[in-house]
Amino acid sequence: MHPIIITVLQRLALGILTLFLVSLVIFLSLDFLPGDFGEALLGQSAREDTVAAFRKELGLDRPIMIRYFDWVGGVLTGDLGSSFSGRNASGIDRSRTVVDLVAPRLSNTLFLALTAAVIAVPLSLFLGITTALYRGSFYDRAINVTTLTTISFPEFFVGYILILILATLYPVFPSLANIEEGSPFLDRLYKIALPAMTLTLVIVAHMMRMTRAAIINLLASPYIEMARLKGASASEVILRHALPNAWAPIATVIAFNLAYLVVGVVVVEVVFVYPGIGQLMVDSVTVRDVPVVQACALIFAATYIILNLIADIIGIITNPRILHPR
Amino acid sequence: MNKESKIHDYSAKSEVGFVRTRRTRLQRILLELRKAPPTAIIGLFIIIFYIILALFAGQIAPYGEAEIFPIPYAPWGGDHIFGTDQIGRDVYTRLIYGARNTVGIAIITTILAFVIGGFFGLLAAILGSWTDQILSRLVDVMMAIPSLIFALMLLSIFGTNAINLIIILAVLESTRVFRLTRAVGMNVVVMDYVEVARLRGEKIGWVIRKEILPNILPPLVAEFGLRFCFTFLAIAALSFLGVGIQPPSADWGSMVRENAGLINFAHYDIKAGLTPLLPAAAIAILTVAVNFVVDWFLQKTSGIRDEK
Amino acid sequence: MKNKTIDKKKILLSMSNIHIEGFADERWHKIIKGIDLTLYRGEILGLIGESGAGKSTLGLAAMGFARPGCRFTGGEIIFDSMKLHDMSENQKRKLWGTRIAYVAQSAAAAFNPAHKLINQTIESAVRSKIKNEEQAVKDANHLYKELQLPEPDKIGFRYPHQVSGGQLQRVMTAMAMSATPDLIIFDEPTTALDVTTQVEVLASMRHIVEQYNTAAIYITHDLSVVAQMADTIKVLRYGEEIEQSKTNEMLSHPKESYTKSLWSVRSIEKQEKTNDDIILKVDNVTAAYGSSKVLFNVDIRLPRGRTVAIVGESGSGKSTTARVITGLLPPLNGKVTFNGKTLPAALKNRSKKELQKIQMIYQMADVAMNPKQTVSEIVGRPLEFYQGMKGKVLDKKTIELLEMIELDESFMDRLPNELSGGQKQRVCIARALAAEPEIIICDEVTSALDQIVQEGILKLLMRLQKELNVSYLFITHDISTVKAISDEVVVMFQGKVVEQGSKSSIFSPPHPEYTELLLSAVPEMDPNWLNNYLNSRK
Repeated sequence: MHPIIITVLQRLALGILTLFLVSLVIFLSLDFLPGDFGEALLGQSAREDTVAAFRKELGLDRPIMIRYFDWVGGVLTGDLGSSFSGRNASGIDRSRTVVDLVAPRLSNTLFLALTAAVIAVPLSLFLGITTALYRGSFYDRAINVTTLTTISFPEFFVGYILILILATLYPVFPSLANIEEGSPFLDRLYKIALPAMTLTLVIVAHMMRMTRAAIINLLASPYIEMARLKGASASEVILRHALPNAWAPIATVIAFNLAYLVVGVVVVEVVFVYPGIGQLMVDSVTVRDVPVVQACALIFAATYIILNLIADIIGIITNPRILHPR
Repeated sequence: MNKESKIHDYSAKSEVGFVRTRRTRLQRILLELRKAPPTAIIGLFIIIFYIILALFAGQIAPYGEAEIFPIPYAPWGGDHIFGTDQIGRDVYTRLIYGARNTVGIAIITTILAFVIGGFFGLLAAILGSWTDQILSRLVDVMMAIPSLIFALMLLSIFGTNAINLIIILAVLESTRVFRLTRAVGMNVVVMDYVEVARLRGEKIGWVIRKEILPNILPPLVAEFGLRFCFTFLAIAALSFLGVGIQPPSADWGSMVRENAGLINFAHYDIKAGLTPLLPAAAIAILTVAVNFVVDWFLQKTSGIRDEK
Repeated sequence: MKNKTIDKKKILLSMSNIHIEGFADERWHKIIKGIDLTLYRGEILGLIGESGAGKSTLGLAAMGFARPGCRFTGGEIIFDSMKLHDMSENQKRKLWGTRIAYVAQSAAAAFNPAHKLINQTIESAVRSKIKNEEQAVKDANHLYKELQLPEPDKIGFRYPHQVSGGQLQRVMTAMAMSATPDLIIFDEPTTALDVTTQVEVLASMRHIVEQYNTAAIYITHDLSVVAQMADTIKVLRYGEEIEQSKTNEMLSHPKESYTKSLWSVRSIEKQEKTNDDIILKVDNVTAAYGSSKVLFNVDIRLPRGRTVAIVGESGSGKSTTARVITGLLPPLNGKVTFNGKTLPAALKNRSKKELQKIQMIYQMADVAMNPKQTVSEIVGRPLEFYQGMKGKVLDKKTIELLEMIELDESFMDRLPNELSGGQKQRVCIARALAAEPEIIICDEVTSALDQIVQEGILKLLMRLQKELNVSYLFITHDISTVKAISDEVVVMFQGKVVEQGSKSSIFSPPHPEYTELLLSAVPEMDPNWLNNYLNSRK
């Protein structure tokens, strides 16, 4: 077998192992719930048998490994259990299944994150590469100070500044991104303009700085000096000599920042009251709705792991040393 | 003729070495400061200002931290420079106390993260083999979950209070400290001078204290600044989301959230609209300041490496 | 002799009053201080000097190129009646790779890992439309053949990491020749190679420049190498020219005393002595890193008060042998005997006394000293650790040690980066002496140093041996150092001992095959050496 396939398979196996361990960590956290959790959740007046029934439903009396495999089996077949909320002391259970809660919001979040990514990735690659090329110029220094400042801003600061200017003082865009199911695409795009802009601003600063550093690092290689001394023009040096070696670092930068974007979504959704999975997770944390929190955490973690896995694989398949073994 | 004498007078003593003038630590710091870029100087001043605010919050603030006045959402000016919040507490006072609470918790968390991460990072670097393998894989798994998400999950399980917040964030941040300490530690451990000490028969404690620690300190100091920014922003974000520092403690993140509604009144009273931005700006300014200083420090230390 | 013509009427390159500065430590330093250089068509000029002489900077300046962080501050560079110093980067670029080509020191780093060798070889020629791609590939394959590369028709389709270092260096020469330039700058092209590889590369490089009658500037710190290549030699020091003359003249009658001193290290000669009192014995040692074996049944004897040199190329196992002796790498098999007693295999099982008696000095003195400790802390620690000295007694003894290595009290408070290369190595010697050892293992202790400094260190080591009767195990790849300092010699190759014997017996024939190859491949200070070497092999 070609070594590159072996390396990629190894990497995939490692990714699956990580996912497995992460799911284990997320699952086991349930066991750290304080003992009186049932009473706390159902209220002081809960009857003893209601609490007992609730604990039984959670399965806290069964061996841990069996519970874990039940849970994983559920996750793989799309059954994430049912939410804690909607229950009360009298034992009436109006809880909804986790999937019903998560599914529509997940697609909203993906829509927002993708929109931001589509703007941010090309923009930051462009800025990163140009500042690296014109290193030390006024353009470079201006962009540098600006981005150093923006990476220090919390997402909600950027978000509220945009609301203040573009929604309140000059009402161009809506401040609330309360999209509904079935609204047309352009309408959705209009409503998420501000949250998408916030995410873009935050991500571009990070991604551009990392791209710049990666390119500068690459341009310091002796083979780049050799290419110049062979008479290659600036564009040839970049396109022919630097770029083929740049895929791995650029993929890493993009993956890292998309993963960062996924996390940034949480705060931005709360600022703009956007019905996404981040908002759901925060609400569930406040009421300690553990099954929903676990489901959200698993989704976020899986996205994060898969993004990094893709970057790793791009790094492997563009590495000439692995591509053309001895 | 000069060349002639150079050869014949050759002796080891007269060989050229770059000797620096002896200066006290204070003199060196002052000298460095004079050469520092303006951004770094501004950054330093801001940091000192925040430290003073945090230390003397009780003396500087006009009212008590949780003192409630009869008029909620009072406008700027008069008795209340920045007005009052949704239940009638003085915004200016709470901004000052916020410096103590938010920055204080962030510093405690960062220090704890460095103690944990630094200890295990050094352990992995020095012992190597399976200790390193186990610790590194464990950290890999922890880092596979985005830390804000991980923190949210853990807070939902353990409950939201300041102690839990500090411990959870410190443990999560320590993974990054671990990675860095391990990496720089490894670079130093393979140095010949560490081998010399081992060949001499020195005890492990001496090797760490005398040979390794002094050489990994500069990158760790810079990292402390960066990690502080991350922790600080994470605490602010969690508090903003309502699961961080809990009322009645004044805290910048939750102040933004509590007063966010005022932003919609901006076209009636621009000042009221600015109220929720004040604590947000307080967070941003401190982070910018720390970043400026760290940037300068990194340039300084990496510049020394390029010398030869 | 070199069978080519130097046309004295046609000046190809003339540089006058060149000044170049480099930025370091937040200010500009002078690197080149007003050097003139004239090169005729077909001439090969050797630029030699020690580190910091500015030879690479001057070589690149011949192309009108200054590295990032360097700048021209004066002078004229005229190449074939074109004023390079006035030309824009775009104009100069048209000359680079086609009329002036560059061969870098580290071929492994200078080739782009993402492209096949052939594409990199013909890049300049095809870009400048000197020839079409088909012709260029044909010519390149021809060049590969001329340069004695294996499978010349196929090697171009490999990637840089698939080819050995010596072969890469030759491919780079082919790359430089591809557009048949008028001038090639060779920047230390063989420095990173082992001595047996170096001679092959030198032979093929010389063959090709003679074939095409190309002018060249050959930069190196090694006089015997430049003697094989150059028609004329220019000696540089601290950015200034010391002298220039024809190769023959320079070798037989150097004018300046600095030039003479460059020869001098080879003049140290030690009277060899033997001794039957064996202080250290390495017995049938086999060792491995993980699962790959690196030492096979190694036997070495070190007589008391004598110097045994272990000589070999990279990968021969000489440094690994030192790690086994010190206990850093416990062997799979065999044992190490010290003063008739078997030493515990692992470092952690050895007693303080055993550790004290065997000390080590390293190649890189900079990384062998903690940059945060002063000289007095570095030298004083073994005194404190082994002998429990403190306070005034400790200071007094430390100063005594510093005086022993020809430094003095004023060095006590200095940090390692405030010392010159030679002073650093001396402090390391003092640290080793502080333990009052019976054996010092010297691992390539002079190879990172300039010639004059090397000489000083070697003389110091010899004097200390006489005074203290300490035994040296001297690891080196440099034959002239072996000749200068050893009583006995061990030749190692691929983890095995080829032979051990007295210096005179090792250096006089008959030799085992490998020793023969190793000894014959060391260039000598004789312009005809390479010719003789090549003839003797035919």
